[in-house]
Amino acid sequence: MVEYGDIRVVYRGGSKINFRKPVISNDSRFLLCASGESVKVFSSVTEECVHELRGHTGQVTGVLLRPSNHLQVYSCSTDGTVRLWDFTDGILVRTYVVGYPVYSIYASLNHKEVVFIVTPVQSDKRTELFQLVAVNLPQTPDQLVEARDLSAVLSDVSSNPSTIAFGRGGEYLASVNNLKMEIYFFKKNKSYSFSLREYTKNGGKNTFTCIACHPKDDCVATGHDDGKIRLWRNFKQKKEYTYSTLHWHHSAVSSLCFTPEGTNLLSGGVESVLVQWRYNQENQKDFLPRLGAAITHVTVSPDGALFSTSHSDNKITIIQSCVKVSAVIQGLVKGENVTTGLLVDPRSKALVLNGRPGHLQFYSLQRDKLLFHLDIVQQEYIHEAGLEQFEVVRAAFDASGLWLATVEERKQKSAELELNLKLWSFDEQTQSFVLNTTVSAPHEARITAMCFSQAADSQTTTLVSASRDGHFKAWQLGLPAHTDDEGPSWSCDFVGAYHGLVPRCCCFSADGSLLAVGFQEVVTVWNPTSWELLTTLSQPPGDVRNLCFGQLSCSKYLLGSNNKKMVCCWNLLTCSLEWSTSMDVSLLLVDSRSENMAAFCCQDGSTDLFVFKPSEPRPLFSQKAVCSGRVIHAVFTPREVMLESSEESSQWLNRSQLYFLTEFMDLLTFSTKAEEEKLMASSKQLVIDDTVAMTPFYLLLGKHRHEHLGNEESAERTPLPQSSVAIKELLQTPAHVLPATSFLCSMFAKSLLISVTETREENKHVDEEMESEKEEEDSDEEVETKISRPEQEAKGVQGGESTAPTLTKTQVRELRRVRKQDLSWITGLLDS
Amino acid sequence: MASFKPTQIPDLPKLGEKITEDTLYWKNYKAPVQIKEFGAVSNIDFSPVSPHNFAVTAFTRIHIYGPFSQEPVKTFTRFKDTAYCGRFRSDGQLLVAGCEDSVVRLYDVGGKAALRMYKGHTKAVHVADFTTGRYQILTASDDYTCRLWDIPNAVELTAYQEHTDYVRCGVTSKLNRDLFITGSYDHTLRVFDSRTEKSVMTMDHGQPVESLLLYPSEGLLVSAGGRYVKVWDLLKGGQPLVSLKNHHKTVTCLALNSSGQRLLSASLDRHVKVYNTTNYKVVHNFDYAAAILSLGLAPDDESIVVGMTNSILSIKHRKNLEEPKETSKPRRRPSYRVFMKGKNFVPKQDDYFVSKPARQHLAKYDKQLKRFNVSKALDTALEAWLRRKKPEVTVAVIKELDRRGTLKNALAGRDEEQLSRLLCFVIGNFFDTRFTPVLATTAEIVLDIYQCVIGQSAVIDRHLIHLQKLLEKEIYYQKDLMEILGMLDTMFAFSLLRKEVPCPGISGSNGLVQGEASTSRPQLQAT
Repeated sequence: MVEYGDIRVVYRGGSKINFRKPVISNDSRFLLCASGESVKVFSSVTEECVHELRGHTGQVTGVLLRPSNHLQVYSCSTDGTVRLWDFTDGILVRTYVVGYPVYSIYASLNHKEVVFIVTPVQSDKRTELFQLVAVNLPQTPDQLVEARDLSAVLSDVSSNPSTIAFGRGGEYLASVNNLKMEIYFFKKNKSYSFSLREYTKNGGKNTFTCIACHPKDDCVATGHDDGKIRLWRNFKQKKEYTYSTLHWHHSAVSSLCFTPEGTNLLSGGVESVLVQWRYNQENQKDFLPRLGAAITHVTVSPDGALFSTSHSDNKITIIQSCVKVSAVIQGLVKGENVTTGLLVDPRSKALVLNGRPGHLQFYSLQRDKLLFHLDIVQQEYIHEAGLEQFEVVRAAFDASGLWLATVEERKQKSAELELNLKLWSFDEQTQSFVLNTTVSAPHEARITAMCFSQAADSQTTTLVSASRDGHFKAWQLGLPAHTDDEGPSWSCDFVGAYHGLVPRCCCFSADGSLLAVGFQEVVTVWNPTSWELLTTLSQPPGDVRNLCFGQLSCSKYLLGSNNKKMVCCWNLLTCSLEWSTSMDVSLLLVDSRSENMAAFCCQDGSTDLFVFKPSEPRPLFSQKAVCSGRVIHAVFTPREVMLESSEESSQWLNRSQLYFLTEFMDLLTFSTKAEEEKLMASSKQLVIDDTVAMTPFYLLLGKHRHEHLGNEESAERTPLPQSSVAIKELLQTPAHVLPATSFLCSMFAKSLLISVTETREENKHVDEEMESEKEEEDSDEEVETKISRPEQEAKGVQGGESTAPTLTKTQVRELRRVRKQDLSWITGLLDS
Repeated sequence: MASFKPTQIPDLPKLGEKITEDTLYWKNYKAPVQIKEFGAVSNIDFSPVSPHNFAVTAFTRIHIYGPFSQEPVKTFTRFKDTAYCGRFRSDGQLLVAGCEDSVVRLYDVGGKAALRMYKGHTKAVHVADFTTGRYQILTASDDYTCRLWDIPNAVELTAYQEHTDYVRCGVTSKLNRDLFITGSYDHTLRVFDSRTEKSVMTMDHGQPVESLLLYPSEGLLVSAGGRYVKVWDLLKGGQPLVSLKNHHKTVTCLALNSSGQRLLSASLDRHVKVYNTTNYKVVHNFDYAAAILSLGLAPDDESIVVGMTNSILSIKHRKNLEEPKETSKPRRRPSYRVFMKGKNFVPKQDDYFVSKPARQHLAKYDKQLKRFNVSKALDTALEAWLRRKKPEVTVAVIKELDRRGTLKNALAGRDEEQLSRLLCFVIGNFFDTRFTPVLATTAEIVLDIYQCVIGQSAVIDRHLIHLQKLLEKEIYYQKDLMEILGMLDTMFAFSLLRKEVPCPGISGSNGLVQGEASTSRPQLQAT
């Protein structure tokens, strides 16, 4: 196969933002979180991403504010580096190379220029043991610093960052792992360990899950698997420790956090309720319920004004002092399985797939932003493990984007399957989908496929749903049956079956005049207006897996792939097999904007892609090993601006883009070289010279000046005239402590006068330089080099001498001295 | 923080009659006023002039009733025998009636004695009507003849002897004073023109014709006879347009509503059916106590008057729209001022606005569900008025509890009274197909939980035995129904022709499986 160099597979958006604890900046304006291989800086007010700190080559595993400088932040990564960033400007300040993958990072005010990191124990890689290591960060101005000064602090720690915490500003360090808690005192250089029995008397699991230390008091809070929180006190002596238990959570506590003053303890878990316990009055607690999904991390801003909770659905909620949710930062939600597949909303061109449980998410691919969640199930979600809930399993849009059909199902072990088919109409006024019809139990068994008639111009759209009960049903929009109904609703128009076989897929032709339904190994073609069975096509053995009608000029072809490694193309005009080939196609999809079709073939662990036209024997494009693992869903999304690529191999990407989702939930796409160049060009325009602050004034004049400076070959700048100490003082002391102006005036005037004796030459020198700078500024076109200038100056001085016929003796003497000095100065300059 | 999502009460498909605009319109009548007449009410005719009195012909009398009176304002009793067909002239001044004794009598509405008597028929006259010319009378009789009479002179003008059986109905044209149509027991309808000697058009109804009706445009003629109502297009030379068979006994009377959009037919099967005249579908149905002989509809559909064989006259008056407002005064609510208190306050420029979140209103059971009080939620859902008036709410709450996996907890730990209330509800709604799946699981769980206490309480045992009996009965029904369905299926399979799938010749060589469309029946889905 030919490798096409200019098309490559790229990751597209949607990285996890809930992977690690976010960090809120000291002024509560920014929220920083690890997101894939970068750190994202969000504004805590507008929810927008302000900067993306890129540079790591592995997954970022921790973000930490630098204790000594609150405008800088450390980030650590599995690539073995710790990087220091200035997050307000988004600049990488320094890179410390540690050399081992780093899993979490800690620091405290007591330990200056030391960070504590968790790395795997090198001795044996298989058992996954981790240790806490203190790293001395060398203070050098270099960009890249080797930080090899490691000293182990604790061994046998967990890689989970919420299991280690510093207490009382760094006096001691507490770590929990499984059933053991270890507290290490830095001063005494001694550690105490406490362990619990695996199960309590009541059968609760005692395993530690997280830890938090009180900032002022000697108190450590630990969370446990059975939902208990223990507050440990008096642990300075090994024997006399005590603990008290708080129990509200019904399953594991996933995160604990004390507020900066230590007055409150925050905890969160799978219940998605943020619990605020009063310290020392633990029976008083506040709740913030229904935060949407299980809480994974809880953090508090350094001033205690903002809380933030990370959730399992890739969301960060910012809460204003436990009362009100003020902002929600939502990433692309990737559940365990995307049952609806990838869809494109024809109206907003957004990618639509399963989001939160019971919701559909609309994700803008252009802006890499989640637009909104559409609540399909409209039921209270009960956060409880092992409870069967309604899940959205199928969704379909009609060609104009006016109608959305969704299927939700709930399967219980004993009871029968609950199915609901819902039809949503787009409301222009509210710009969202409104529920129009709910059909409970539309089929007796699971719905295997669902599609709308594709014809955009027809007045009535038809929805076809195929089910495992051996029937397919056609649904049509009908007139209201009751007068008290608001508008038209959908009802069943036709029920079709074929020899009791199970339909697996269905597909409408582009003009909506034909419907193909694949019944196991037979493809049936129906007329959707009269519901007549027109013909049957079959290519045994093997059940039909995918069906696609050709588009545009290839609309006479019907393609099908079966599970016996066959792809068949039938000509519908002659009802005969046009061609067939042996390919194990897992996914066959059609581009609605062109004749092209894409087929994903899964072969021994990797997936190949073929793009072809049904009418042509050779594929337009093929790529082996597009990604590892199976591709489970893919979709062609229409481009807003067409590309004008003339190269044959990338022409298929001109009108639309191909997005696909692998079994590891990675959203990938193909990008061409031209496209990347375009992106680069647009991003270059936005790059700003980092050395100068961006002000409106700079934008007006700075560029001009910049150009001018560029013309001068040396970066050497003329030193500014040194102002006298008095002026400086005068200008810098606050006005209210200054003496009277009249008193100062004479002093000020005096300071400006040229002193008669020793400072005289110096001042003259200064004046000259001021002049020269003036010249420089005045003449824009001056192309003189700096080196030529002193000669000119010298000339000027000489000229001055000639033009002044009458000079006193003292003046002459003075001038001579000046000349002497000048010359020496020039030689000094020339030497340099 | 998302707000609590309340329990969804599914919009269940309504059982029984569908509510359409027509049902609302035709149901908007008061309870009927029933008046006992002396014999079977054979004819009802409304006066064309206000106040639209109506003449009711029953036995040997003709009563004239006012629009709202329950007592006759006028009575004509001077008949020797049974009177037939008392009809008003177009000015409402004169009334004509036939009689069993073959004499046609003409009355002044104000007077008492007959003004004129028209003698000439030899048998009972069942039809008498004024022509549009106002000075002639049309009569038709059991002696197979139709005659035209001059009113002032009481002279017979013309006699038509074309029918070969009793002539029992006739109608005169409102637009043309010379045209009239008669229907006879010889199954024919004949259109006569008084200027010619013979009938100008003949149509075959197929059954003895009982009633005739001309549309206001007079392009269409409706005839009723036997179980059929037929519509004829007169402009196309008497072409049959529709034949309606919605009654299961002889249709006796026809009427058209004031707008001309609805056709009413009354029958001996005690029903009055309302048809839509655009598609001739039945849109409404009235039931009466006895076989109906006559039907009258007041102008503007103000009242429906029906005469029956058991000599009862039933008058339904239209409900006035203003009336219910006056009668049922709404409960006194807090005044407008209370609700608007502080709402219309306009904040000044430098006021700091503290917004108060709007409180979500939740139903009682939702409040309990929000607090995870599952047993209490079920108790509130089983409150008397809720389980009687809105069983779907109770069922929805049970379903929601089941979804939360806490139905068992909610059902357990109940005392005798609570349990019997629950069982009452289950028994009452078990066989409502909309609720069966949910209530079946509930009943199962109840039996699981309380099987150890069976026999301790007489009340509970009685309920359980009742439930068991009902179940047995239902299973028996279902079995029967399945048998019938099987029989029907075999009948359908025989009657349906086998349809060949069109397959081009080449396809055979391609290994195509030939198949036929399985019997596909469109299925109405509840939405």
